[in-house]
Amino acid sequence: MANVIRRQTPAARLGRGLLYGVLILAALFYILPLVVMLMTSVKPLSEISAGSLLSLPQSPTLAPWTKAWGEACTGMRCDGVGGYFWNSFAIVIPAVLISTTIGALNGYALTKWRFKGSELVFALMLFGCFIPFQVVLLPMAQTLGWLGISSSRAGLILVHVVFGIAFTTLFFRNFYVGIPNELVSAAKLDGAGFFRIFWRILLPVSAPIIVVSVIWQFTQIWNDFLFGVAFSAHNTQPVTVALNNLVNTSTGVREYNVDMAAAMIAALPTLVVYVLAGKYFVRGLTAGSVKG
Amino acid sequence: MRDSLPMKNTSATPLGAGAKRSTPSGGLQAWLPRLVLAPSVAISLFFVYGFMLWTFVLSLTSSRMLPSYDFVGFGQYARLMTNERWWVASTNLMIFGVLFVLVCLVIGSLLAILLDQKIRQEGALRTIYLYPMALSFIVTGVVWKWLLNPQLGIQAMVQSWGFESFRFDWITDPDMAIYTLVIAAVWQASGFVMALFLAGLRGIDDSIVKAAQLDGASLPRIYWRVVMPCLRPVVFSAVMILAHIAIKSFDLVVALTGGGPGYATDLPATFMYAHAFTRAQIGLGSASAMLMLGGVLAILIPYLYSELRSRKHG
Repeated sequence: MANVIRRQTPAARLGRGLLYGVLILAALFYILPLVVMLMTSVKPLSEISAGSLLSLPQSPTLAPWTKAWGEACTGMRCDGVGGYFWNSFAIVIPAVLISTTIGALNGYALTKWRFKGSELVFALMLFGCFIPFQVVLLPMAQTLGWLGISSSRAGLILVHVVFGIAFTTLFFRNFYVGIPNELVSAAKLDGAGFFRIFWRILLPVSAPIIVVSVIWQFTQIWNDFLFGVAFSAHNTQPVTVALNNLVNTSTGVREYNVDMAAAMIAALPTLVVYVLAGKYFVRGLTAGSVKG
Repeated sequence: MRDSLPMKNTSATPLGAGAKRSTPSGGLQAWLPRLVLAPSVAISLFFVYGFMLWTFVLSLTSSRMLPSYDFVGFGQYARLMTNERWWVASTNLMIFGVLFVLVCLVIGSLLAILLDQKIRQEGALRTIYLYPMALSFIVTGVVWKWLLNPQLGIQAMVQSWGFESFRFDWITDPDMAIYTLVIAAVWQASGFVMALFLAGLRGIDDSIVKAAQLDGASLPRIYWRVVMPCLRPVVFSAVMILAHIAIKSFDLVVALTGGGPGYATDLPATFMYAHAFTRAQIGLGSASAMLMLGGVLAILIPYLYSELRSRKHG
């Protein structure tokens, strides 16, 4: 598809210039908000009210970052977003590990140990990828209460695992479908059991899909706001909820630089993951979004 | 897309029969797969299907602060139909959803086609176009709220360049605020559509295009008449995903406009949350959640139907 432009004529060269012009403009549209966010986060307040969005910081300072991390008010309390940042990790890491493990075993059982109705089981679980979560919020609130884990990190972990396994199962099922059955069948004839085959044959080739699943779950759960705001208390909030509270806390002067620093803090982990493993991120998006 | 093989073709490989032959080791091995799946199935039945049913039951009651099981039939749905705020939210969803999907498709397909012309630094550009998708909608909302701030954001910047009469204060204008949601959401998701289309373009057989070129068709014409029809499935998936994002949009509204000014930018998702969790209207909130589910199903079912059909007809 890429060999259709000829380079020789002046018209073609003009077209080429135009092409790069449009692409660079588009790049500016995407990158500028991040640049503005970063620049604003290191400007003193006086520079913000005097200068404009794109003016470079004259006397850059990290004070907004330290304030956002440790002192800014998020609602009633004024201890920054730092604690909530770690909260997010405390929720995300177990939720990602548990949902990925369950997804891997499910995908394996659904593809290498088919039984009557296994396709139905898959379709049944897959539906969980599509529901709008508003439809489970109220029953979930009550169930968490019954289990005695409402407003706790354990409760949020449970919620994310429960609604994450539909996606992780989808990932692993679609991956394992493409792994030839011969080895598995041979191992079965040799008398190897369910877990042994998984451990010895499937797991060693699963690295790519584990990465996809971990990255997908990590971004999804880190970026979650709905469950976080519905099922947390002030000391168990994830960082997205804290960020929103910080920005909407209306005491005193609006400190835009602190807002932007807090937004950067909340954005950094997923940005880092994206930069380090962008390829897998895209694969998760495309494979996980719809396909069965 | 490459990972996701069609589920029908590959399901019944003859070797799968090996499972039945190898059961001398006893009943446990045969039941293990089912045992492993059982918790997930139970979770799915309870937390997805059970909760949907539960919310439906709540939507038939007069619950306010706490769930009560005093049934009022479809009274809450009737109240919803006469609730002005619900209509604002639904209309907003239509405006937001349609614009968001269309603009994302246009920008995404255009960028993909342009990027597919042997561009230097393609990888870097792709990374830049796609990174907003890794951000939380809360972060996106906070950033765009700042950019759209009339006193200090884009409006002030352009005015400081000498265009004193420049106005870009949509975020404080009840009639225009809904479009700020579109801008921010397009910024976040259009790069993702670009990635989908680019993958689709790379999958198209070169010879079709060469043949059209030999016939003397112009480049735009080739794209419109030859390439785009091949990308129909991509368009379909993209619409599906984007519509899904639109219906679920909650965090972006909360962070960018807070549903305001007034409730001018309310969406069903924020309506549901406000009524169920802060305004002590659990019955009404449940009814609105059920209508959201109905909206998702209305998109999902035709999609799944056509997917399965196209697979059967190869």
